[in-house]
Amino acid sequence: MNYSLLLRGALVVARKDIRIYYRKAPVYIFGLLLPTFLFFAFFIGRKLEVSLYFPGFLAMSLFFTSSSVGPIIVPWEKQAGTFERLLSMPVTVTTIILGDMLAGALFGLLISGIVGVVGVLLLGLTVTNMLLMAVLFVLGNACFAALGELLSSTGGRIPSNVMMLSSLVRFPLIFISGVFISLSDLNGISLTVARFSPLAYLVDGMGTAMGQSSVFHWSADILGLLLYTAFFVYASGRILRRNLMKGL
Amino acid sequence: MNAIEVHGLAKHYGDLVAVDKISFEVGDGEFFGLLGPNGAGKTTTVRMINGIMEPDAGSVFIKGVDMIGDPLKAKSRIGCIPEVGNVYQDLSAIENLDLVGRFHGLTRKDRESRSEELLASLGLTDRGDDLVRTYSKGMRQRVSVACALIHRPSVLLLDEPTEGLDVHSRRVIIDLVKKTNSDGSTIVLTTHNIEEANKLCQRVCIINKGRIVAIEAPEKLRRAFESIQTVEVAFDRIVSPTQFAGEHVSAAEAYGDKCRFSTDDSDEAIRHIVRVAEKEGLRIVSLCTQGPSLEDVFLRLTEEGT
Repeated sequence: MNYSLLLRGALVVARKDIRIYYRKAPVYIFGLLLPTFLFFAFFIGRKLEVSLYFPGFLAMSLFFTSSSVGPIIVPWEKQAGTFERLLSMPVTVTTIILGDMLAGALFGLLISGIVGVVGVLLLGLTVTNMLLMAVLFVLGNACFAALGELLSSTGGRIPSNVMMLSSLVRFPLIFISGVFISLSDLNGISLTVARFSPLAYLVDGMGTAMGQSSVFHWSADILGLLLYTAFFVYASGRILRRNLMKGL
Repeated sequence: MNAIEVHGLAKHYGDLVAVDKISFEVGDGEFFGLLGPNGAGKTTTVRMINGIMEPDAGSVFIKGVDMIGDPLKAKSRIGCIPEVGNVYQDLSAIENLDLVGRFHGLTRKDRESRSEELLASLGLTDRGDDLVRTYSKGMRQRVSVACALIHRPSVLLLDEPTEGLDVHSRRVIIDLVKKTNSDGSTIVLTTHNIEEANKLCQRVCIINKGRIVAIEAPEKLRRAFESIQTVEVAFDRIVSPTQFAGEHVSAAEAYGDKCRFSTDDSDEAIRHIVRVAEKEGLRIVSLCTQGPSLEDVFLRLTEEGT
């Protein structure tokens, strides 16, 4: 494997994605508007302690933004007829996945970073473990950008269909991951289900980094996100290779 | 060293054999044509040569580099216009060229100078900063050609590059491709346009049902089928070609305002046509005999395989 060509290809793919897909409407609708509306729908008219739910909201915003770019890229390129040209460049499927992931993760990092900083400053919250928070930001964005890529690789060439599939996967996750009901309030089967959600590890880890009680040890949160990232990248590669020519 | 070496290349789609263990070589600097009817396996072959699609069996070497073993290195030697190879419509022509230049590791200076040079030769200098979505089909295809050439590839693969284009765009693209070939690049042209292949290609490979049915210089192919002769006759009025059916006329068809007769003995065919014309009171305005065109050879070869 020629690693310098692989890295160069991934960076150029990411640059292309940033130039073209950051401006697409579905990214803003599914990445920014939906989580904002969900937040307001949950909080408005209820006397809830915002600081208690902030780690969950921050994790939700990171989850939605970082997984919003990936799903549209491959279907959009197949529909526009640019995917075959991209494949003819000195790139491999791995290059494309890494580049798309990087673009998604950077978008998530930017938006959730703003949400985090503004939230902490406005609400006067404290991050007790800055290093853990930084690691979770990077890992969380990588993990959910990889999830976006996995959804993108399913083979469709109609972006709206892939976005529907993406919503079908992402919405249930926020309800089982301690975003609206704290993980510490879950027990029995609901906690067991939460253990299968990568978002639960991010919510729990962010709670730990902000000095709140946690269900899992922080190392388990990091390990959980790492394992899910590896799984999403591997599965994206397998599925995209199988569906590479589908819809061309 | 050959520019392209293809050994035992095969691809199946379920039970359908799209490409059936084909082998051929393309010499360095050669202009090579790939012809065949729809569904013959041309595009699948080109996709395997440029590394877009993995073959089920066989190997492809580009300038000695194994496409399966080291695809990044092999692909960096190729410029390609795929069958469905649009450029990014949300970017300008210059931005598209810059992007492809980055994929090939060109420096900023090289990307800028090469873009300028290519846009000038394709007549797009004035529109270089406009978004491609504002371009006509012919202009978009010219940008596509420029993208394929920006890194001065050793091998240029063109899959139907002039399909559906206006005469001006077709001429501009063909001229640039010919110049690229004369500068030393190897060209593989996939086309339905047999006349284009006849004019441009040093050798053509005719594929049918995933198999190579002929691979030869166009002139040699035509000579091999010299028994196919045609006689074109214009009469002083429009007549039905079928009334000229006879022993030495194997096919008769209307050809514009003329009649075209296929034969294996032009002398006997002409005598027969003249006899029928006298009988019917027709006056012959013009008459000419022709050897087989590449199209006749193509049809004969591909019909034999069906």
